[in-house]
Amino acid sequence: MGLVRLQFQREWRLLARARSEALNPLVFLIMTVTLFALALDGQAQALSRYAAGIFWVLVLLSSLLSLDGMFRRDFEDGSLEQILLLAEVPFLPIIGKMLAQWAATGLPVVLMSPLLGTVLQLPPEALGPLAGALLVGTPTVSMLGAVGAALVVGVRRGGALLGLLVLPLYIPVLIFGTAAVNGLAAGTGGVAQIYWLAAMSVLAVTLAPFAVHAALKISLENG
Amino acid sequence: MNGLKTLWHRLGSPRWFYQMMKPWQTGLGFVALVALLVGTVWGLAFAPEDYQQGNSFRIIYVHVPMVVLAQSAYMMLGSAGFVLLVWRMKMADVAMVAIVPVGMTVTAIGLFSGAVWGRPTWGTWWEWTDARLVSTLVLLFLYVGLYALREAIPRAESAGRACAVLAVVGLINIPIIKYSVEWWTTLHQGATFTATRMSMPIEMAAPLIVNIIGAYCLFGYLVLLNMRTELLRRERDTKWVGALRTEVIDGV
Amino acid sequence: MAFDSLGEFLAMGRHGLYVWLAYGVSVGSVVALVVAIRARNANIWQRLDEEESD
Repeated sequence: MGLVRLQFQREWRLLARARSEALNPLVFLIMTVTLFALALDGQAQALSRYAAGIFWVLVLLSSLLSLDGMFRRDFEDGSLEQILLLAEVPFLPIIGKMLAQWAATGLPVVLMSPLLGTVLQLPPEALGPLAGALLVGTPTVSMLGAVGAALVVGVRRGGALLGLLVLPLYIPVLIFGTAAVNGLAAGTGGVAQIYWLAAMSVLAVTLAPFAVHAALKISLENG
Repeated sequence: MNGLKTLWHRLGSPRWFYQMMKPWQTGLGFVALVALLVGTVWGLAFAPEDYQQGNSFRIIYVHVPMVVLAQSAYMMLGSAGFVLLVWRMKMADVAMVAIVPVGMTVTAIGLFSGAVWGRPTWGTWWEWTDARLVSTLVLLFLYVGLYALREAIPRAESAGRACAVLAVVGLINIPIIKYSVEWWTTLHQGATFTATRMSMPIEMAAPLIVNIIGAYCLFGYLVLLNMRTELLRRERDTKWVGALRTEVIDGV
Repeated sequence: MAFDSLGEFLAMGRHGLYVWLAYGVSVGSVVALVVAIRARNANIWQRLDEEESD
């Protein structure tokens, strides 16, 4: 557990130093939400009807921005190799890294979501469900995305490829996430979808570190 | 047990595989041709017309086998990826290389025929409330991702193992994707007509079963053909390929 | 036979265009795939021959 915490703290310090790297995806999300609100201006009803879906799509897209660089810096300066070689149980630091990634990108989105939801004309009763669905859904996004990021870390211009690899895998999160928000806000159910999101996150947190570990080893051999 | 072990080791030998699979390839190709011909002619000309959909329903004799095959092919891809990661068996990588283009083609045919079937049936080429079409589309994305990843990584061995990781992750995800899509489409009051009904009379179902069997044989033929070609490419500088060449030249 | 004449068979009720389009594209794609793989195969043999004669 110590290794996980150490790696988490290291990541956190690095992110604090390179603040723009961590904040850019969030700024991107805020801007695209604004663009949607402007594009659909004057049609508040239409906007509020589709806001949950729009917001989820934007969250998935903005996650790609932060995931792309997740392993790249460590890969290029060699510290990734050190981590994999020196740690007795290499996926403990990997878990630490993935958790830090989520805390730096997923969590701020959850915290900002009531504000951004309001901008998108979501009714007040939908804001709670939105934050809740994001809280249990974004870990899956971070975990699956980390697998993709680990696979393309050695590839030149891997960013575009990353979207191609992970966006299809995000589809269940998008479906359940949107349905949960809409269902809970309208009072027509949606609790089951929250459970689904949570179950997927548990599954992803359990299995993804293994896949990331395997993928990083392959990428290092290649590089 | 010993026999199984020998088979396992032999499966790893390119030369053995190349030679032993030739009759299988020919046989499967022949059975596929016959079954698909029988099933298709039967389905097109002899099966009774559907009282609601008219003759457009005859498209299901190509659509359903291809969609079923598209999913099975991905299952095999994931299994091959698992074998490659756990036992580092090179033949599994050859299998993956061979299955991806075949699976992609089959999935694309399934999608296209589904859209063409949907036009006269629903009055639209694409229906987002049909679970089968939507999950086939997602499947196509997964195939495209695998193809793109292999293209992007220059070193062949790394590319193979990276694809294996992605294929296994996809394999775990497919049931969840399928379930979510099915749930989502029923929420939106699913399409009134679906390609298959449980209550399909036997005169309609029989050609479909023949074509599904034929499609699996076709898949076997295509994958073996592609695997043997890939083996040839990888092993082109070895002795056994050289020996094979003289045999071909001598007309043996 | 579900049809009385060849013309009726080709017309497929009002759905001839759709049925034949679906079958045509499907058969065409599979044939194209087979041809592509076989061409690759032949290409490998041919290149081996050329290297031999060099």
